Amino acid sequence: MLETLQRRRILPARLHITDLIMGVVGLLLVLLIVYGSIRSLAIGKYSGVQWLSFVVAGLVQGSVYALIALGYTLVYGILRMINFAHGEIFMAGAFTTYFLAESIDGRGWLDAHPFLSLIAMMLFAALVSMLVAVMLERIAYRPLRGAPRLIPLITAIGASFFLQYTFRGLYGSGVERYPRAEAFKGDLMLGSLAIPKVDLVVIVSAVVLMLALYFFVQRTKAGMAMRAVSEDKRVAALMGIDVDGVIVMTFGIGGALAGAAGVLYALIFGQVQFFMGFIPGLKAFTAAVLGGIGNIPGAMLGGLFLGIVESVGPFLFLEGLGVPSPNQLKDAIAFTLLVLVLIFRPTGILGERVTKRA
Amino acid sequence: MALLEVDNVHSYYGNIHALKGVTVSVEAGEVVTLIGANGAGKSTTLKTISGLIRPREGAVRLEGDDLSSVPAHAIVARGLVQVPEGRGILGRLSVQENLEVGAFTRNDKPGIAEDLEMVYTTFPRLRERRRQAGGTLSGGEQQMLAIGRGLMARPRVLLLDEPSMGLAPILVEEIFAIIQRLNRDQATTILLVEQNAKAALEVAHRGYVLETGSIHLQGPARQLLHDPRVMQAYLGA
Repeated sequence: MLETLQRRRILPARLHITDLIMGVVGLLLVLLIVYGSIRSLAIGKYSGVQWLSFVVAGLVQGSVYALIALGYTLVYGILRMINFAHGEIFMAGAFTTYFLAESIDGRGWLDAHPFLSLIAMMLFAALVSMLVAVMLERIAYRPLRGAPRLIPLITAIGASFFLQYTFRGLYGSGVERYPRAEAFKGDLMLGSLAIPKVDLVVIVSAVVLMLALYFFVQRTKAGMAMRAVSEDKRVAALMGIDVDGVIVMTFGIGGALAGAAGVLYALIFGQVQFFMGFIPGLKAFTAAVLGGIGNIPGAMLGGLFLGIVESVGPFLFLEGLGVPSPNQLKDAIAFTLLVLVLIFRPTGILGERVTKRA
Repeated sequence: MALLEVDNVHSYYGNIHALKGVTVSVEAGEVVTLIGANGAGKSTTLKTISGLIRPREGAVRLEGDDLSSVPAHAIVARGLVQVPEGRGILGRLSVQENLEVGAFTRNDKPGIAEDLEMVYTTFPRLRERRRQAGGTLSGGEQQMLAIGRGLMARPRVLLLDEPSMGLAPILVEEIFAIIQRLNRDQATTILLVEQNAKAALEVAHRGYVLETGSIHLQGPARQLLHDPRVMQAYLGA
């Protein structure tokens, strides 16, 4: 039995004591989650409709994570680096667009043309975030292209603080209330399930953006160049692809998606602040790793999955264990998930390896 | 004036003086081979031509135009197309996408479609496998794909870096037959870098022997093939 598992590569060929310990820890965790879930369901505190609304809330949150996660995954796919300032790129777009939103709202256009305003805001945020991302690449990362991998990582963290405190310095540390169009207020009733209208707007926008990206990467020449560069920069250059140009484009696209996600995020929570990019940035990074970093569908899937786990998890896993106010622990669940993925499946859900035959 | 001129080029890897005044010329319609042992500077010469390494001295010229300030990707657009050592197949892209990447610098859709058809006719195996991921091909098929991809750029000069490396003898023969056919039937100008000196000299018009970074011998391929110094050092005779 042991041998069969080893032969099928389910278990490593040489069992180490740490493998055993990790296996036991993993098993205990699974048991705990199963036990907690059964207890939570047995208590029956929440109705089916409530569970469904948790899932919907998770999907909404997750689709924002997915959009941000795409930026991490695109850049990682090309440069094998984690752009930890990506959360701040997201914040920059959302925050800057706050001023546009205020002025649109002040003229009464937000309520008069809610969809047009939303599109304008998303475009503007995408543009701002794109500019920030491209400048970051040019100023902070490109000079370090040949440096050991740790160095751009540290630079990214520095850039992240730089952007946070630049925004704090410019606009203060207060929380600004993001205006929301009348049309997006209230719920849409689906039977007895109440779905906030804003949630639908967010999900639809995110899906449209993700489809657009997928089409771009798979069907256009520029997308093909991106895939070629992500596989082998030297060969891509020999095929006449401007590798630096593709890198700039990748940062730009990742930034644009983050900016658009920033508007959606601000729409959900109704506020912006200079620090708002930090946690979503880390969550999106988790989502990207969860789906398989470097993998585009993986980032989308990872984002949605993380959103749902985070939203349903506390009530499902923790409520039954008698944890008080489990919703407070959703961040803990998300980051525990990150640690578990890194330990047990570092390649993520869709992580794959294409072996090259010589 | 030769189509491609490598004029007294000195190239460095860091502080290592890899090319010490290499001069090579390729006329339109020729197959020219660059042979030599491991580390003689053959691949370095190709990298210098492709702009991946910049010469400290000397120049690379295409039809008289100095390429020393032209970026690598733009050199491809001018028609100097390299089929890299180790083939450089993009494993996750399909066979057809690999070929399309080869035509990246071109925008003439009908011409690209025509060349795609030409490559598929030359290499029927690639047509069979056009939807497969490049990484799933065998070594010989990957070499065919690499050459086909080079052709997709409509090269003025096709630069082949060790196309026989790591292939079974029967495939090596096939690859050299293909090289000869490309030159004869489609008038493709080829600069062929090879360790397999005999096979390379048999398909080439002219040859250069590179030794520790400089040209040691040069002349018509047939003459080199029978030169006692070449025979002794490279042909195992």
